[in-house]
Amino acid sequence: MLEFLKQPWAWYVAGPLVGLTVPLLLIIGNKSFGISSSLRHICASCIPANIPFFKYDWKKETWNLFFVFGIFLGGAIAINLLSNPASIEVNPKLAKELADYGITNYDNLIPEDIINWQSLFTLKGFILMVIGGFLVGFGTRYAGGCTSGHAIMGLSHLQLPSLIATICFMIGGLIMANLILPIILSL
Amino acid sequence: MQQNTDTEKDLQTRELDAICVNETPLEHEWYHNLKYLIIGILFGIVFVKSEVVSWYRVQEMFRLQSFHMYGIIGSAIITGMISIFLIKKFNIKTIYGEPIKIAPKTFNKGQIFGGLIFGLGWAMTGACPGPLFAQIGTGAIVVAVTLLSAIGGTWVYGLLREKLPH
Repeated sequence: MLEFLKQPWAWYVAGPLVGLTVPLLLIIGNKSFGISSSLRHICASCIPANIPFFKYDWKKETWNLFFVFGIFLGGAIAINLLSNPASIEVNPKLAKELADYGITNYDNLIPEDIINWQSLFTLKGFILMVIGGFLVGFGTRYAGGCTSGHAIMGLSHLQLPSLIATICFMIGGLIMANLILPIILSL
Repeated sequence: MQQNTDTEKDLQTRELDAICVNETPLEHEWYHNLKYLIIGILFGIVFVKSEVVSWYRVQEMFRLQSFHMYGIIGSAIITGMISIFLIKKFNIKTIYGEPIKIAPKTFNKGQIFGGLIFGLGWAMTGACPGPLFAQIGTGAIVVAVTLLSAIGGTWVYGLLREKLPH
């Protein structure tokens, strides 16, 4: 059983489990699935700075902070107790492309060759981690949700705005990965 | 009466282009939140074991080189859709006996502009907000910088909100 759990999980196992979070959160406490809001609650609790957007009773949304802290713990449990010693297998085309940018280490879920403390102080690393993170935080709030809130929760609830947002997520990602990221990775 | 308007105003602010807002008159002790912690843990494990949090899987997705991420997101949506359909059809209530409410979303241009901006960031960091937390959990401590930056991005959005097209 443990050996079975240690293998990478197929999409048709993981997808339905992710989807089941939607009814589970609704049934145990009337909560709509969403993760990016946690970033807003952190702003509201730590640095509200009298900005109207952050002036609300964040304590009523504490559940969301417990939820994301759980995701952090889940990551730690999975990697320490259920990890698979094999390297990550990627599409050979991607591996070939990434090798040109010096990315050859597939030991971890993130590319250690470019995402590490040393590279944080280079232009490439700064753009990927700091600018990239900023765009994630700014964009998700501007859009009113992320992959969980719009793509999964919103589409499950048949919301047209969520479909529009999800299509825009994909367009942004396609543009970045195919047109802009090659330039950044060449820096 | 005054208190009622205050609560309503507070709810409106929280609902402002936001998700996962539900108002309930029920008051719970803090430890009721532990159930969300447990679901978060299970969710984080699924994230890591299915490699959704992998930068490489996200790159494959946006280069159309793998079905994996599309399969996960697609089957998650179908599962969610069937669940919400069943909840509505059978009028299923929460464990506290409350009727289940889901706030509808209204369209604004932010979903387009913000969506595109988030898409760019997603392909750069290889993570949407959920995976950021899971990646840090897997020991990639440097991703905490990305997370702090995302919190900064959210804060700057709050600051500029009135000046942005919606």
